[in-house]
Amino acid sequence: MTQLAATRRIAAGTLPPVGFFAALRRQPLALVAAVIIATLALLSLGAPLIAAWLDTPADIVDIMNRYAPASAEHPFGTDELGRDLLVRLAYGGRISLGLGLVAGLAAALLGIAIGLPAGYYGGRLDSLLMRMADGVIALPLLPLLIVLAAIDLTKLGLPAEWAHSPATSFWRVAILVALVGWTTVARLVRGTTLSLRQRDYVRAAEALGARPARIMLTHILPNLATPILVALSLSIGNVILFESVLSFLGLGIQPPWPSWGNMLTGAQELIWSAPMLAVWPGLLIFVTVIAFNLLGDGLEAALDPRGRD
Amino acid sequence: MTGFLLRRLVETAILLALMSFAIYGLIGLMPGDPIDLMMTADPTLTSADIARLKTVYGLDQPLIDRYLAWAGSALQGDFGYSRIYAQPAAAVIGDRLGNTILLMGGAFALALALALPLGMLAAWRSGRPLDHAINLVAFAGISMPQFWLAILAIILFAVILGWLPAGGMGDGSIGGSLNHLILPVVTLAIASTGGILRYVRASMREALRQDFIRTARAKGVSTARLLWFHALRNAMIPVVTILALDFGALFSGALITETMFSWLGMGKTIYDAIMGNDYNLALLGLMIATALVLACNLLADLAYAWLDPRVRYR
Repeated sequence: MTQLAATRRIAAGTLPPVGFFAALRRQPLALVAAVIIATLALLSLGAPLIAAWLDTPADIVDIMNRYAPASAEHPFGTDELGRDLLVRLAYGGRISLGLGLVAGLAAALLGIAIGLPAGYYGGRLDSLLMRMADGVIALPLLPLLIVLAAIDLTKLGLPAEWAHSPATSFWRVAILVALVGWTTVARLVRGTTLSLRQRDYVRAAEALGARPARIMLTHILPNLATPILVALSLSIGNVILFESVLSFLGLGIQPPWPSWGNMLTGAQELIWSAPMLAVWPGLLIFVTVIAFNLLGDGLEAALDPRGRD
Repeated sequence: MTGFLLRRLVETAILLALMSFAIYGLIGLMPGDPIDLMMTADPTLTSADIARLKTVYGLDQPLIDRYLAWAGSALQGDFGYSRIYAQPAAAVIGDRLGNTILLMGGAFALALALALPLGMLAAWRSGRPLDHAINLVAFAGISMPQFWLAILAIILFAVILGWLPAGGMGDGSIGGSLNHLILPVVTLAIASTGGILRYVRASMREALRQDFIRTARAKGVSTARLLWFHALRNAMIPVVTILALDFGALFSGALITETMFSWLGMGKTIYDAIMGNDYNLALLGLMIATALVLACNLLADLAYAWLDPRVRYR
């Protein structure tokens, strides 16, 4: 914004609002994205209600009624075992969104634990940690994730029954995608920490003899809330994508637990007979991921002072 | 410069050795082992046979000894036999490498051809509706699950329209191969365009803010020349680096695309090898993928120095 235009707008009383939430209100796409995410979350949380309303429990198998087209009873039709697709999608959303949230938070914690000291101490530690982040980003992640997901947990001495349960597959995928998802958070946290540590209040705390851990946790971390929120939003989108592809390849969430990814596993064989089975779960993944990405982008733009003009 | 190159080469070699050990250890943790597979194939084996076989194959040795033995023969060019294909693993990979390069090269060129003009246009029209529209398209590309995009492409072009084959390699003729290559290349390109587009846009925006752009404009340089010559040259420096660093992501994408379209490349070979307990092949495939990625990282550093005369390496 040029000086002249700013002067005019001050005169007209239309200077852009200051403050984070006011700035966020100027990012319509981010608001739309937030509404979409809230809707999908409600749909997933309400899965038992949908099942009760349609009078079809999630796991009831009805072989006589396979690949039924959309109807009043089954608004999205039924799948290869005659299960109601809408109910399955809602329960799948619990897993996919839940995993995105859990793994996204884990990735954020890991990213903070790495980015905060890197930005605060700088020097050799900083270059070592950031090189590590660059290294993780540059690796051929998917092949390595496939190997990690294929590892037989019984070879690590875990009981077979536990190692092959769907619940274990959930936590295993969450840990794996968190291990590759922390880099976004680490970079943003490091960048902001670099500028925060030059602030007077941080120097004052240092002069008063506060220990580094205390400065990082009580003086810097609270000021990182918003960049962390941005990175969290972007990370959740990313981990949902990784979860979906692993589950699709049969190495992620194990059936009978539904996730949007593993609902597509058999879909490629069915594209001739029931193409819509391949469309809906993928569409939900796509919409969810783009919503988290747009939300993160909008938050970032709202934070960036250069973006406010 | 030579010193820098040497140091980076040594670093890369060390990193590759560490990665190879990590991958070797992980492969050993995958379900089943060669002896289990022999037991399934031949139920008459006694436990004495099994113990003997374990000694023959060195499976009773500690992990580090087994790794060193593998690395020793690998350095002499012996990567063992592939279980699935009953051929030396190196021969299997050798056949597949070319197919992957064809797929990745084609997709990368197409993605660049889409991303460069769109990214420049978005940066030039920064903040206007066109910029927002292009940005939204880029986000759609980034957020699209690639395997789903492949399924949609197959449904539309193979099932409904019947224009293109749903997968496979064709009959070996050039026309047939090209026909089979179109869908995989376009799918991989669409999935890669979004990311590149966002880099180009951000970098061009930064370049267009510089003083020399204003000077050039004041001199009366045409908009096209300004964008394609003055701004792009400078915007490309970070973009080239990021593109080289993004090679790993492109390879991950190729793995999905090849698996979806039954294109016999490295990615599908690695996936099939992991799923089929073909340890030697999986190990070699993963090592080559990692080596390629590390080579690209090295290239990124060199390209940065070459493109930006201000960067001097000690």
